[in-house]
Amino acid sequence: MVLKATPHITQNEALVFERSQTGRKGYMLPALDVDETALDDLLPAELRRDDDLEGVPELSEVDVVRHFTRISTWNYNIDLGMYPLGSCTMKYNSRLNEKVARIPGFANLHPLAPVEDSQGALEVMFELQEHLAEITGLPGISLQPAAGAHGEMTGVMMIRAFLDARDGVTEGDKPRRNVMLIPDSAHGTNPASAHLSGFSVKTIRSTSEGLTDLEHLRELCSAGDVAGLMLTNPNTVGIFERNIREICHIIHEAGGLVYMDGANMNALVGVARPGDMGVDVIHLNLHKTFSTPHGGGGPGSGPCCCTAELDPFLPVPRVVREGDRFAFDYERPQSVGRVKAFYGNFGMHLRALAYILTHGNEGLREATEAAVLNARFIAHGLADTYEKPFGSPPMHEVLFTDKRQSRKGVHTLDIAKRLIDYGFHPMTIYFPLIVQGAMLIEPTESVGRAELQQFVDAMKEIAREALEAPDTVLNAPQTTRIGRLDEAAAARKPVLRWKPEAKTTAA
Amino acid sequence: MSNVPENLHYSKDHEWIRVEGGVGTVGITDHAQDSLGDVVYVELPKAGETFAAHETFGSVESVKAVSELFIPVAGEVVEVNETLQDEPEKVNSDPYGEGWMVRIRLAEPGEVDSLLNAAEYEDYLKSEE
Amino acid sequence: MRYIPNSPEERQEMLSALGHASVDELFDSIPADIILREPLKTPAALSEVELLERFEAMAAKNTAARRPNFIGAGAYTHYAPTVIDSLLQRSEFFTAYTPYQPEISQGTLQAIFEFQTLVCQLTGMDVANASMYDGSTAMAEAVLMAERVTRRKRVLVSGAVHPEYLHVAETYVAHAGVELVRADFDEATGRTVLAEGALDKTIAAVVVQSPNFFGCVEDLKALADAVHAEGALLVVVVTEGASFGFLRSPGACGADIVVAEGQSFGVPASFGGPYVGLFATREQYARQIPGRLAGIAFDKEGRRGFVLTLATREQHIRREKATSNICTNEGLIALAATIYMTTMGRRGLQEVAAQCAQKAAYARREIAALEGFTLPHSAPTFNEFVVRAPAEAEGLLRRLASEHNVTGGLSLSRYFPGRPNDFLVCVTETNKRAEIDALVNGLREVHSS
Repeated sequence: MVLKATPHITQNEALVFERSQTGRKGYMLPALDVDETALDDLLPAELRRDDDLEGVPELSEVDVVRHFTRISTWNYNIDLGMYPLGSCTMKYNSRLNEKVARIPGFANLHPLAPVEDSQGALEVMFELQEHLAEITGLPGISLQPAAGAHGEMTGVMMIRAFLDARDGVTEGDKPRRNVMLIPDSAHGTNPASAHLSGFSVKTIRSTSEGLTDLEHLRELCSAGDVAGLMLTNPNTVGIFERNIREICHIIHEAGGLVYMDGANMNALVGVARPGDMGVDVIHLNLHKTFSTPHGGGGPGSGPCCCTAELDPFLPVPRVVREGDRFAFDYERPQSVGRVKAFYGNFGMHLRALAYILTHGNEGLREATEAAVLNARFIAHGLADTYEKPFGSPPMHEVLFTDKRQSRKGVHTLDIAKRLIDYGFHPMTIYFPLIVQGAMLIEPTESVGRAELQQFVDAMKEIAREALEAPDTVLNAPQTTRIGRLDEAAAARKPVLRWKPEAKTTAA
Repeated sequence: MSNVPENLHYSKDHEWIRVEGGVGTVGITDHAQDSLGDVVYVELPKAGETFAAHETFGSVESVKAVSELFIPVAGEVVEVNETLQDEPEKVNSDPYGEGWMVRIRLAEPGEVDSLLNAAEYEDYLKSEE
Repeated sequence: MRYIPNSPEERQEMLSALGHASVDELFDSIPADIILREPLKTPAALSEVELLERFEAMAAKNTAARRPNFIGAGAYTHYAPTVIDSLLQRSEFFTAYTPYQPEISQGTLQAIFEFQTLVCQLTGMDVANASMYDGSTAMAEAVLMAERVTRRKRVLVSGAVHPEYLHVAETYVAHAGVELVRADFDEATGRTVLAEGALDKTIAAVVVQSPNFFGCVEDLKALADAVHAEGALLVVVVTEGASFGFLRSPGACGADIVVAEGQSFGVPASFGGPYVGLFATREQYARQIPGRLAGIAFDKEGRRGFVLTLATREQHIRREKATSNICTNEGLIALAATIYMTTMGRRGLQEVAAQCAQKAAYARREIAALEGFTLPHSAPTFNEFVVRAPAEAEGLLRRLASEHNVTGGLSLSRYFPGRPNDFLVCVTETNKRAEIDALVNGLREVHSS
């Protein structure tokens, strides 16, 4: 029997609604300084709220601070240690970038303020665009998409618009090109974004080496209905698609365009550029490669970068330079339109620009080198212990499986949970889907040698436990406030909000 | 080794059907529920809907997967197992009994003969491993 | 590079231990002809001091950030208690990932559950998700969801919805087989009107904003009745979250989906983002909702915790058949909104809303009393209203800024070229009486001189 730390007061923090006490206040406003208007003259009673906001909590400022501080301690975080989630690039989030984003001249700026009085903000966006163009080798840029999937949607919509402009909407009597090719190893957002943009999805097989199957690609292209390809490079098994030039050539010959999912750009910045590979359009995840904080699931930022050919199709408005001033350009008749109100997650643009300027061009490459080196260190350290499904040396992330451990009944999920007991956040598990029991490990450059070694040691120790004491692994984690949660019961009878009368304790 | 009762017909999509008097009761096999894991939600059609053989008639969800349900033979739905709405876990605990999904009036009663019998289905499972 | 723990010497040792002669060998799998041979042409590294100087210099050019502001139109200036940003800057919140491992993410998960509950309480709905990118994309997703629920392909959108929201929805539905049909608004009242015969059984949903883009409070109850009579859904959009503290909730009026911009809840204007989209609906549509959902779960010992649930709706499982492509949402901003709603609480949310309404009423009265200025719309408003000036609003506002140091509102000609003299004024609890008086006096002087 493992004793959890639940008697501790900070481990038992209730919901804000359960903590509420009638009459408590956590705020004070200045007194109303205008002549008061009678309520009925402000708004007729039938349009006014009549529930007195029942259920909304009443708390003092101290209650609020203690509440959120206490529950915060139940989170793992980058500042605490290595966070090796594959394909997520959990690198250090600098405090300096936070400071930059909070400069009042940026934070207090209304998006619809006159352009001549917002020149500094436009300059930030323009400069970031220039740098991202140089990093990707793709000159057309929009910072508007709010996240990676949003950038994907924007990019594939641009492909749709480009093809329609080139071929005509119906291509004469033929139905328009409508097939988006996506590898079986892709992120789920790729097919979802393609679907949202009106494409039908065909899946490309991967080879036993973990690379795109060129034969299958050629076969799919021969149908003549291919609009494009969505490819992650390095791909989601952490290997660089060394045939990328040929892949792009095959797609271009077939009349389609190549979309690159930029989730794995941390392996490439300063070393190789998608534009030089033949890629037509890419999204970047500023919240991965350019270190803007993940914040427990966002905000992100997913700029779209493209060739000059695709430039007219980028979302409006565009940020442009006109002599010594900056402006928004709405006159882009071929644009896919607008994908978000205003101009994107500007606060993330500030942080990403601060990241690029703090690193400098040499530092950007140095970060890439350090990230790949760290992944190699782990690949090497665990090579004898865990099954590595593909032989090629990994780039910034390395894939293992639970094949050896599962013979003893210990699976990827158990290994991941046991890692928590060793003080590490688990790696990405069960992704990519093409490999059974996948464990995708991305250390990033933000981990020192000693901690990498500790991670390797922990993984080896878990492998030993899986053989000798599998129950220890199967019952992990044991050092956390709560144990494994019954997700099946949660999904069968979902309780998605607090209600005063709801029984929220176990029967 | 999964349970494959003798008296049922099976499809390669891992559905079973039991025919009594022109009406077939349909569910998913023990093998199917086992590979799916804890079933959390079952989406079923309404009585009166008709399906051609191998058409999708619903879906079954575990925490992290969705599988489509394929009707083994053509027919009209005459009854759906409403209790799965509240207790989808019955698909796991009793796939051939309380975990049944729909009853259909067969369009062509002879069509079940094209399905696998228990021995053939067991062989099919072995070949898939 | 100070963000990289391993020194160049350590990295060299690691390389050697792995059997590599040089760092270039790490990139051997990349064909030589696409390896960059030169350094990137981005600038050289800046120190912390230099970096801050550069950004301060750029920020100083944003002169609008230093003036009293009367622009709303989708982004609102409200008081944000200090505790919000202080708590947001805890490492445990801002440097955590999406809570995929619930045992070590309970802080984030519980906060999401609290967010979902607060959104339900304010909107008067049953279920809310963990957030969308912003109000505009939430509205677009609501349009797509209405199509999934009703299997109908036409959606009636009020012409009094924020023009940028409408533009986003047009982009989202371009390839979804959904037709957006515009519903007019009445010039006299400023409210949406459903023309005779506009509503029929082909309509999936009617989308209205309230208070609408012109600040007018819509008669949601009447709209809901008309919409439901045809078996369609009512989608209500709210851009000014502060209004929830004063207006009848959309849920109480009969809305089926409520989407809102949550920026009003303690989130800085920050030139348009990051903000947070609120998305709420009725219980029976929970499985059609886009995005993440947190729910209650228990461990073996019966301890209560929270997990991401009903995930089979989402892209990582259902791929092209998912309810949306959204993955990363606006977690940290949703947390900011949660802390705001909790700190202000039941009383504060109502007091902020009441002050907004009171101050806006004062400003309305004072401006309406100015010679030559009128208020073209008669419907009740909350904290935003249209003013019709005796001259082109654009020039008037420019002079107001340069001569009186006030950003006096938004010229409607930006979105409605046919309305050159109209401008939209927003007043919140942060606008002191002196600022409102300066606005009124400025308008008087600029007009008369």
